Amino acid sequence: MKRMKALLAATAILIAGSAAAQAKTLVFCSEGSPEGFDPAPWTAGTTLDASARPVYNRLIEFVAGSTDVAPGLAESWETAEDGLSITFKLRPGVKFQTTPWFTPTREFNADDVVFSFKRQLDKEGPWFEYTPGISYYYFDSTGMASGIKDIVRVDDLTVRFDLTRPDVTLLSSFPMGFASILSKEYADQLEAAGTKERLNTQPVGTGPFTFVNYQQDAVIRYEAFADYWEGKQPLDQLIFAVTTDPGVRQQKLLAGECDVVPYPNPADVQNLKDNPNLKVMQQEGFNIGFLAYNTQQAPFDRPEVRRALNMAIDKQAIIEAVFQGTGVAAVNPLPPTSWGYNEALTDDPYDPAAAKAALEAAGVSGLKMKIWAMPVQRPYNPNARRMAELLQADFAAVGVEVEIVSMEWGEYLSQSSRVDRDGAVLLGWTGDNADPDNFLGVLLGCEGVGSNNRAQWCHQPYEDLIQKAKITTDPAERKRLYDEAQAIFKQEAPWATIAHSIVTLPMRSNVTGFVQDPLGLHSFQGVDKAE
Amino acid sequence: MTESAASPPPVSPLLENWRYFARSRGAVLGLTIFLAMVLMALLAPLIAPHEPNLQYRDALLTPPAWTEKGRATFLLGTDAVGRDILSRILHGARYSLGIGLVVVSIALTSGVVIGLAAGYVGGKLDALIMRLMDILLAFPSLLLALVLVAILGPGLFNAMLAIAVVLQPHFARLTRAAVLAEKNREYVVAARVAGAGHLRLMFRTILPNCLGPLIVQATLSFSHAILDAAALGFLGMGAQPPTPEWGAMLAEAREFITSAWWVVTMPGLAILITVISINLIGDGLRDTLDPKLKRS
Amino acid sequence: MLLFILRRLLLLIPTFLGITLLAFLFIRMLPGDPVLLLAGERGLSPERHAALLAQFGFDQPMWRQYVDYIAGLFRGDFGISFSTKRPVLEEFMARFPATLELAFCAILLASVLGIAAGVLAAVRRGSWIDQLTMGIALVGYSMPIFWWALLLIIAFSSTLGWTPVSGRMGLAYYFPDVTGFMLIDSWLSGRPGAFKSAVMHLILPTIVLATIPLAVIARQTRSAMLEVLGEVYMMTARSKGLSPLRVVGLHALRNAMIPVVTTIGLQVSVLMGGAILTESIFSWPGIGKWMIDSISRRDYQVVQGGLLLIALVVMLVNLTVDLLYGLVNPRVRRQ
Repeated sequence: MKRMKALLAATAILIAGSAAAQAKTLVFCSEGSPEGFDPAPWTAGTTLDASARPVYNRLIEFVAGSTDVAPGLAESWETAEDGLSITFKLRPGVKFQTTPWFTPTREFNADDVVFSFKRQLDKEGPWFEYTPGISYYYFDSTGMASGIKDIVRVDDLTVRFDLTRPDVTLLSSFPMGFASILSKEYADQLEAAGTKERLNTQPVGTGPFTFVNYQQDAVIRYEAFADYWEGKQPLDQLIFAVTTDPGVRQQKLLAGECDVVPYPNPADVQNLKDNPNLKVMQQEGFNIGFLAYNTQQAPFDRPEVRRALNMAIDKQAIIEAVFQGTGVAAVNPLPPTSWGYNEALTDDPYDPAAAKAALEAAGVSGLKMKIWAMPVQRPYNPNARRMAELLQADFAAVGVEVEIVSMEWGEYLSQSSRVDRDGAVLLGWTGDNADPDNFLGVLLGCEGVGSNNRAQWCHQPYEDLIQKAKITTDPAERKRLYDEAQAIFKQEAPWATIAHSIVTLPMRSNVTGFVQDPLGLHSFQGVDKAE
Repeated sequence: MTESAASPPPVSPLLENWRYFARSRGAVLGLTIFLAMVLMALLAPLIAPHEPNLQYRDALLTPPAWTEKGRATFLLGTDAVGRDILSRILHGARYSLGIGLVVVSIALTSGVVIGLAAGYVGGKLDALIMRLMDILLAFPSLLLALVLVAILGPGLFNAMLAIAVVLQPHFARLTRAAVLAEKNREYVVAARVAGAGHLRLMFRTILPNCLGPLIVQATLSFSHAILDAAALGFLGMGAQPPTPEWGAMLAEAREFITSAWWVVTMPGLAILITVISINLIGDGLRDTLDPKLKRS
Repeated sequence: MLLFILRRLLLLIPTFLGITLLAFLFIRMLPGDPVLLLAGERGLSPERHAALLAQFGFDQPMWRQYVDYIAGLFRGDFGISFSTKRPVLEEFMARFPATLELAFCAILLASVLGIAAGVLAAVRRGSWIDQLTMGIALVGYSMPIFWWALLLIIAFSSTLGWTPVSGRMGLAYYFPDVTGFMLIDSWLSGRPGAFKSAVMHLILPTIVLATIPLAVIARQTRSAMLEVLGEVYMMTARSKGLSPLRVVGLHALRNAMIPVVTTIGLQVSVLMGGAILTESIFSWPGIGKWMIDSISRRDYQVVQGGLLLIALVVMLVNLTVDLLYGLVNPRVRRQ
């Protein structure tokens, strides 16, 4: 961190020294339009890339390129002995951005923190629904809405969060986009002017880049914030050019119209790697794509049937045909980059003959089943329909007849949650934060049956382990508990774990300093462009 | 006997039309291609070298046979999961032609009934029906079809239904206009006086005399249906995998546009050639059946 | 004439009301739930879900929702977008200039080239020029334009590098929106190269969008010209010894224009449909792309308002064409 600061300072001086030099501009061809610029109400990565990362900071930040955390706008924090409160010491001297629509008169302080969280917590407050239909999805789903009792300003630079119950997973949500810190002074100004909705269209934060303007569905412009508390960025301008079609994005990259391009077509990755003008960064994504059986439906209520079907799946063929090589076969429900990953477990072998025998031994014959394939491309599954076709062929080889079911995405999400759902469902998850509970608890815990637990799987020995891990503070002990939980998962096989995708990020070779984010976000802090 | 050279024996109107139609080289060419397509579609299971949905896992994205890395067994190459493209295109012909046939049948039947009713009954019913048609025509056809498919759910049959609804007002309007023009002609009045019932008047007396423009419109709609279904398939709202429908094949192939040109080119060419052949037939039919143009 | 215009305007009212009802019903029939879509894999508690639906009035009875909606329309309120929470009309106006600019260029290109090609083919009837032009027109008329767009991008953008791949303007240029039309704004900005950049970005989308109207207009012009050229007064004009150029240019073309203008007007609806495909391939930030995105996001209010506004545009263009037609052709007025 310190070294980066020094580096930033050095570049800042360098730029100041050569004022005549042309403004350095980096173009990021984003895959979609942002829904808005308030990072709290939205969940799409595209939106958070355009708001949370460039414009704002959080109390705690992710260390670039990892899921470890580092101080952000809070210099330090401490959980009380009883686990019922967290106290943050704030960083002094942090400035808010000055824009044509807002000129700050004070520096960042505790009021801003209280405002940024309380507006999401206090259902009666003036900002809870400052624009119609708004909802704080992440604040709810990460457990903050139910876990936080109150947010108290202790003094100018100290804030205390009072909790309703001890929960060690809560801290890992503070680096997420929705927990960004907004300016209370700006909010007050908007409220007085009766234009509260501008909080979402004309953002003001403490982050590395100042928002300049947004042309609908086309271009977002930012410029470096000169008084950024970590020093001015090496880039002078940052541009997001909205380009929804992956083929077109790639063409623009080749033509030099884009500097960095997310989500290339898997099929093109090899060509991009071979191009001398480009460099391609790759990293295992913090995600899992799976096939969840309905464990409350016969014959899938028997672990031996589920294990037999898992053995029939040719994962290598899926990696090749669906991921075009940009994926790795998944063993555990956690991605390998997670600190909770159980290295000791091995995958089910691909063995159609054994699978067939196991099915016969279980007394299952002439089985007909449905496989649900979602209609959209997701980070953990670039083409669910193609994956379903491959599974169909694999299962046919062991005498199981598969019908592929698809429906509209919203419908898919709600129908697949139902306990009485017919068939196995393809779905997946991208981690919100580094905590293993975000996968093992949210997706497989008893509480999730009928919602996020698509396998409708409630297994007491497993449930006891993850509940215990949730209130255990010792990291080594937590790791042991999660290792054991994963072993049970593998034995019980509520899912066929299919793959973790590899996130590919091609860019022009003169782009330097970009660090790929394991959670799939795109941050341009510290990025530079060589001439 | 010698007079027969000067005044040939009367020929049936059908034969005369055919002669006129056959004079146009384009129309004959179109018909030939179209018949070949129909034959291909009918014989697809026999002539296709492979099963259309069989995945050759060792031959993913094999280029066409005439290229360097091609394999003779896959004449037009294979797609992302190793299916033979030629076989898929041959089987796809069944879908595309089937789409055209079903869509035109639905649109024609419903359009003719609605148009006949409006034109024959007239008055309030006519006004109501025509307003409804105006409303449907006020939306761009592809947009309307998209919304309808979104309502019905993506899928080949729903896409066909949506396209039929979108194309139907054209038939209704044409029929109504023709009925209005014919309704008070002497032969209709004569039939009415002779005691023909309403249904008989509508379908047996009037309708046959409005057939010309309807046939032309049906041909045009046939090609529109294929194009619109492909566009819906391309947008992911039409035929669902693994159906080898050409538009859906194109949609699946879109990600390979720079890395595997054959996956993109072949289905597009198939659509283009089919639509051209149908439009050629349509042009020929219009020239034949539209007496105004016949003169020139 | 005034009476004619008035009657046509009055006829629009029931049609427009019908359109609002149809759009309203369509939206209520759409399966899927925008609130759940926004939540994604993460889901939402049933209480919060119900509260959000209530905010948009979806807990009200149908007739009540419709009455509220119509009342809103009279205040210029087309509802609020689910996904961005901004007024639908505002979002529409932000994108409409982009579509209008593209559609205008396409119709211009299609008309100029189409009429020229049609006249040429008619005058040289039966020659190889005629056959070639009509052959090309046939191919254009039969083209799956989404495929055509992909081919053009491969050829002109990636292989030859002549045109930019997508977007409306080079990113190096930044100037304020004045009219929303890039051609005008870039020219007003006075930045060297900006206007050229706007033109270069327009070329491929314009060609793609113009393809089908161009073919239709060429064919229509040819047959209209042939009909006029065959008529009696043309023979007279020719026999009076007028030069062939005058005959074609002055007499024939003017009379052949009436059906051609109607055809051009009818192409506006076709263009709006084509814009959906063209805009989504070229990342053109217009209403076509907006609509298709909104349909997949189940953004009810946007789809409903967008359908309405697009239908309104189409209706107004058709009305204008009708009025023009009535102006040149007095017989229509009396019907």
